[in-house]
Amino acid sequence: MEFFLVQLLNGLAYGLLLFMLSSGLTLIFSMMGVLNFAHASFYMLGAYFAYQCSKWLGFWPALVVAPLLVAGIGALVERFGLRTVHKFGHVAELLLTFGLAYVIEEIVHLVWGRAAVDYQIPEALNFTAFHILTSSYPAYRVFMMAISIAMLIGLYLGLTRTRVGLVIQASLTHPEMVEALGHNVPRVFMLVFAAGAALAGLAGVIGGNAFVTEPGMAAAVGSIVFVVVVFGGMGSLLGAFIASLLIGMVQTFSVGIDYSIGDLAGLFGAQIPEQFASITLARMAPMLPYLLMVMMLVMRPKGLMGTRET
Amino acid sequence: MLEVSDLHAYYGKSHVLHGVNLRVEPGEIVSLLGRNGVGRSTTIKAVMGHVHCTGSARFKSTELVGKRAYEIAHLGVGYVPEDRSIFPTLTVIQNMVLGLKGKEATGRWNMEGLFDLFPRLRERGDTPAGVLSGGEQQMLTLCRTLMGDPDLIMVDEPTEGLSPMMVENVANLLREIQKRGVAVLLVEQKLTIALAISRRVYVMGHGQIVFEGTPEQLKANADVRKEWLEV
Repeated sequence: MEFFLVQLLNGLAYGLLLFMLSSGLTLIFSMMGVLNFAHASFYMLGAYFAYQCSKWLGFWPALVVAPLLVAGIGALVERFGLRTVHKFGHVAELLLTFGLAYVIEEIVHLVWGRAAVDYQIPEALNFTAFHILTSSYPAYRVFMMAISIAMLIGLYLGLTRTRVGLVIQASLTHPEMVEALGHNVPRVFMLVFAAGAALAGLAGVIGGNAFVTEPGMAAAVGSIVFVVVVFGGMGSLLGAFIASLLIGMVQTFSVGIDYSIGDLAGLFGAQIPEQFASITLARMAPMLPYLLMVMMLVMRPKGLMGTRET
Repeated sequence: MLEVSDLHAYYGKSHVLHGVNLRVEPGEIVSLLGRNGVGRSTTIKAVMGHVHCTGSARFKSTELVGKRAYEIAHLGVGYVPEDRSIFPTLTVIQNMVLGLKGKEATGRWNMEGLFDLFPRLRERGDTPAGVLSGGEQQMLTLCRTLMGDPDLIMVDEPTEGLSPMMVENVANLLREIQKRGVAVLLVEQKLTIALAISRRVYVMGHGQIVFEGTPEQLKANADVRKEWLEV
């Protein structure tokens, strides 16, 4: 029971963090048809900027400054990169973001080196928030969840209660019509791209110190975020939300379960070779999200709540 | 008001408009007729900036070719596409609000006035537009574009698939639009409402204008109708 509750909270914290990344990716994909390969790089930049800002200014300013810096970079990428190659089609756009991901990784190598940097959670949040029976639960995890939920509410209100939110929602399905009604759709694209980058950056700020800030973090989390977006369904924010929580839970729970293939076979009275029998669910954990994605694609190509198949 | 001359457009390598010439004067209803695939829809998409084209399309003496669709809309051109392009997840009212170019309606039309013309839309104000009937969606897409107070509205096949009663509603709305001083460029395949409400008609064939005249002249010209219109 204790294990279950702690893992549930951890899964929730991780899932909400994944949504912070996948929401931006989904919005960008739905509006522009661009699967942004550099999205997780914005997450990494957020973490590194926060590390640097924390050293100079402290964690709290970093929480604001780092996402804004990443938003600025996102806006520049859209305005001078994507918009320029747009006329050559989606493949060119895809390749641009693909190349950009490598460029950002190399820049991180150059500036901060190849090893992980010492980005720590702030002292003010380094205490135990509460106890679940005998386990202590860290305050920083609670803080992560609070930031994620605040962002979730902000995103919801922004999309449903503001005029620009309506323009964005309408552009998800009919960008040409939105433009024909007189809305500056290219500017809205830039805004959404910058906002998506900012969300990824914010995820980096609060995730970089909870996990680890190193040059491989973009690739590690990037593939999981793609799984979330594909599983949830291209173009659906609700789908991305459900998939984020689900993948977050699956990843968190599976690493703590020592149930093995041998145990499963034993239930049916079967004997299997030792090298297979000893594989535990915990060891299969890294594979599970991808397995879920493959199964989803086979059974329902447009994903859980997807609105389009391309 | 709208002066299209020698307009050419291409989809990839296929040449779809071969030098289209047409004009629309302020406050008149003009119809662009022809069979499927002759380039009627492409012509108005090109004017709206949705299709890459060469040649000239001047609106109130401003060149439109090369401009983006939102700039063209701000000059006073309204566009209602054939597929209606309703925003399905948004409510009827939200769809209408998105037709506004500024914060409020200041011109010929406002939401209450349009709802008075179509009480059915008011009743369904908070319903997601995707669940409306075809006729209701057609009214919504027309009203949405009117909210932006265009001086010229280009409407692509508004009567397609509608019941005779709804077709009559569309015709009445187009007349009302004209009464308020808005020019209409109507794209139609069937002659029914086009001949009844237009001051002038163009017939297109193979990416060019093949006939220009009044509805009476077209009615009298059996050759043109036979060669370019009747199926």
